Amino acid sequence: MTLTRRGAMRLASGVAGLPFVRRAAAQGGAGPAGIKRGGVLTSHLSGEQRILNPALRASTGVYIITSKIMEGLVDLDASGKPVPVLATGWDAAPDGKTVTFRLRDGVQWHDGKPFTAADVQYSAMELWKKYLNYGTQLQQYLQAVDTPDPHTAVFRYSRPMPEDLLLRALCDLGYIAPHHVFAGTDVLENPANTAPIGTGPFKFVQYERGQYVIADRNPAYWREGFPFVDRIVWRFITDRAAAAAALETGQVQVTCYNGLSLADLDRLKSDLNYVVTTRGSEANAFNNTLEFNHRRKELADVRVRRAIAHAIDVPFFIENFLYGQGKPATGPIPSASTTFFPGSAPPYPFDRKRAIALLDEAGFKPGAGGTRFTLRLVPINNGEDVPLLATFIQQSLQAVGIKVEIVNLDTAGALSAVYRDWNFDLATGWHQYRGDPAVSTSVWYRSGSPKGAPWTNQWGWQSEAVDALTDQAAAELDPAKRRKLYAEWTKLINEELPIWMVTEREFQTAATKRLQNGLNTPRWGSSDWHDAWLAPA
Amino acid sequence: MRVLTLAGRRLLASLPTLLIILAGLFLLLQLAPGDTVDALMAQMGGGDPAMMAQLRSFYGLDATVPVQLGRYLLRLLSFNLGYSAIYGKPVATVIAERLPATLLLMVSSLGFAFAGGVALGVVAARRINRWPDTLISTVGLIFYATPSFWLGLMGIVVFAVRLGWLPPGGLEEVGAGHAGARRALDMALHLLLPTATLSLIFLATYLRIMRAAMLEVMGQDFIRTARAKGLSETAVVVRHALRNAMLPMVTLLGLQVGNLLGGSVVVESVFALPGLGRLAYEAVVQRDLNTLLGIVFVSALLVIAANFAVDVLYARLDPRIPGER
Repeated sequence: MTLTRRGAMRLASGVAGLPFVRRAAAQGGAGPAGIKRGGVLTSHLSGEQRILNPALRASTGVYIITSKIMEGLVDLDASGKPVPVLATGWDAAPDGKTVTFRLRDGVQWHDGKPFTAADVQYSAMELWKKYLNYGTQLQQYLQAVDTPDPHTAVFRYSRPMPEDLLLRALCDLGYIAPHHVFAGTDVLENPANTAPIGTGPFKFVQYERGQYVIADRNPAYWREGFPFVDRIVWRFITDRAAAAAALETGQVQVTCYNGLSLADLDRLKSDLNYVVTTRGSEANAFNNTLEFNHRRKELADVRVRRAIAHAIDVPFFIENFLYGQGKPATGPIPSASTTFFPGSAPPYPFDRKRAIALLDEAGFKPGAGGTRFTLRLVPINNGEDVPLLATFIQQSLQAVGIKVEIVNLDTAGALSAVYRDWNFDLATGWHQYRGDPAVSTSVWYRSGSPKGAPWTNQWGWQSEAVDALTDQAAAELDPAKRRKLYAEWTKLINEELPIWMVTEREFQTAATKRLQNGLNTPRWGSSDWHDAWLAPA
Repeated sequence: MRVLTLAGRRLLASLPTLLIILAGLFLLLQLAPGDTVDALMAQMGGGDPAMMAQLRSFYGLDATVPVQLGRYLLRLLSFNLGYSAIYGKPVATVIAERLPATLLLMVSSLGFAFAGGVALGVVAARRINRWPDTLISTVGLIFYATPSFWLGLMGIVVFAVRLGWLPPGGLEEVGAGHAGARRALDMALHLLLPTATLSLIFLATYLRIMRAAMLEVMGQDFIRTARAKGLSETAVVVRHALRNAMLPMVTLLGLQVGNLLGGSVVVESVFALPGLGRLAYEAVVQRDLNTLLGIVFVSALLVIAANFAVDVLYARLDPRIPGER
C-alpha cells in the first residue's frame, strides 16, 4: 500500500512511543501499517558533481545526494507549500525587512554536536550570501542574521524581502551547514564539502569518485522512527543506455531528472515493473530556449524574431522528437508554477505564411537561392534534445529563407561563446525555472548582468519597463500584487520576444514499482526521502 | 647491466617527447573555448559573476597562459602533478584512485586477446583454407568491424538484462562488504563483460598477425629440418615455429598498450568503471587541465614502460637481437 507523506508522518509520530515500534525501528522488519523497514535504496546519477555541499552549490546533481544528509529550514510539501524542516515557524515584520525563524530543538549534527541558530547564521552570512550560486543574488540585501537565543534566527534585510519568495527560494537555497565544522577554515577546501556532515535522515559513509556515494540510516534522526531504509547508495553511470540496463536488472531502483535517454524513458513507460512519470518534479520545470543576439541588425527587428517563432512547428517537434513530453511554452513563466503562471496561449503559434509575410515586411527579401540572410546557431548541450532542436530550427528556418549554420561546441565552449564572447546569432539550450521568477528567470531579461555570467541577459537587449517591473516585483510584499506584476512583466516580454521559450517541460523520474512513498513532493528527487521504503521484490 | 643501460637510454630519449607532449597539450587546451569554471557552471545550471571570479582565482585561472604553463612545468619538476579542479584533491591521488581499475581491465583484456589470438591464429594456420580457418577468420573480421560500445551494450542487454547471469556494470557490488576471495570473485564477474568487449576487437588483430606469422615460419628451412629429425608435429609447432612467430606479436603488444588506454574510454563509460579513460574524458569536458596533463603524463610513462618491457622480451625471445641497439 502507498501512504501519503503526511499520513506516514502522522502514523509514525502517533505510534512512535510504543515499545514495539521502537524495537522494529532498531531491528528492521515490518514497521507500522505494513511498511517494510530496512533494505538498500540505490539511485542512479548520470553526472558527478565536484562537491557535496548544497549550501555552497545549488544544483539538482548536488541535491539528489546531499538533501538526504543535510537539511534546510523549510521544504515543499505535497501541495507545493513551504513547510517546516529545521525551522518550526516564522514571522515576517510588516515592513518586510525582518524575517524571524524559530528553530527546532533537540536536533543533532551527525557528529553529535547540537544544531543551533549559530549554524543558521553562519550558513546564511558566510555560505549563501558569499558563495552559493543564486544565493548570492537572493541574499544580496541580507545585512545580518541575529541570534537572540540558540533557537531563534532573525534575518535582517536592507530592502523588503517578500516572505513567499524567501521561503520558496530557501527550499533550494537554504541548506544549513555546520558552523563548528566550517568556521575559521578555507570554505572551498573544507573536507566536509566531499564528506558532508548534516542533520538529515541519512549519515554520510563513503564517496568513491566515479563510482558511488553511500549514506546510512541516522538512528538519532529527529523525526522519530524515520527513515525507513537502512542505506542509500548513489551510483554514477554516465552512459544512459547502461543506466537503463542497471534499472532493468535491479542494480538501481530510481533515476531522477531525466537520468535515462528519452527513448528508454518512453520504452519503460509501458513496462509494468516501472513507473515513469513527471510526478515529483513539478518544482523543476524547464524550457527549451532560443536566444537571439540583438547585436545582429536582422535580429534586432522584433518582426524577425516573431517570424522565427512563427516558422517553427513546436507541437510537431514535441510529438516527434520529445516522445510527446512537454508542451509549447506560453512565456517566461511555465504553467507548472501555479503561483505565478499568468495563463495564456503560446504567443506565436506555427504559421509559416505569417513568418514569410513578417520577414518580407521587415525588408529582408530573399536573395539568390531564396536565402534572406544567414545565422549561426550555437547549441548549449544541456540535454540530448538540444542538438535535435538545433537541427529542427535549421530546417524550419530554411523553409522561410533563413539559412542557419550550426556551430558545434561542447558545453563549456558554447557557454563562453554565447555569454562571454557574444559570438553567436542564435543559441539554444535550457532554462530551468526554480519556483519563483525572481530566483531563476528575471536575470534572463533584466539588464545589468556583467558580461560572462551564464544564463543571464547577454543578448544586447534592454527594456526599461521590464527592468523596472523586475525590481518592483522582487521587493513587493503582497503576494497578489506580485503575481499581478509578473503577469504584466510576462505580457511585455511576450510582446518584445527578446528570447523565446520554445517548449516547457518537466523532468521525468523512472523508478521500480517497489519504491513506496516516492514522488510524493514536487521536488522529490531533491527531498530527504525520510519516508521512502522498498516493498519486497 | 645490459638491461639497465637500455632502460637508461630509453628513458633519456623519452624525456623531450614527454615535455613536448605536455606543453603541446597545455597549449592545445587553451584553444578550446571555455575554462573549467564555465564547465562547472554548465554542470550546476547557473551561477553568478562574483562566484565565477572567486573560483577562477581559486583555480589560478586568472593568470596569463605563459604564467600558467610555467607554473605547471615548475611543479612537474618536483613531481607535483598539481591540484584537480574537478575533484578538489591532488591529481596524483585522483589518478592513483583510478589506475587500478584501468590496469586490471587493460591487463586482463590484453592477456585474453593475446592468448586467444595466439591459439586461434595457430589453429587457423594449421588448417589453412579449410573450415576452421574460414570460420576463425570470418568471426575475427566481424569482431574487428563491430564498434566496441555496441558490443558492450549488446553484452549488457543479453547477459545482464535478459539472462541475468552477469552484473551490467560497476567494478564490484556496492556496499556488499565482501572481502578476500569472495571480493576477487565478485570483481572478476563484474569485469567479465568489459574485458570480453575490449579484448574481442584486439583479438581479431592478434589472430590475423599470428596466422600470417605462423604461415611464414612454417614454410622455412629449419622447420623442414625439425621435421626431418623426426620430431612430432606438436613439438615442431610449439618448440620451433611458435617462438619465432611470436616476435611480431610482441611488437604489436607493445604498440597496443597505448591503444588500450584510449580505447577504454568507451568501455569504461558503458560499464561504469572508474578508470583512467573516463577520467580523461571528463577532464577534457570539464577543462580540468591539471588532471588531463597528469593522465597524459602517467599514460606516457605506462607506454614507455610497456615498450621497454617489449624490448627486453625481444632479447629473451631471440638471442640474435643485441641489447646495445
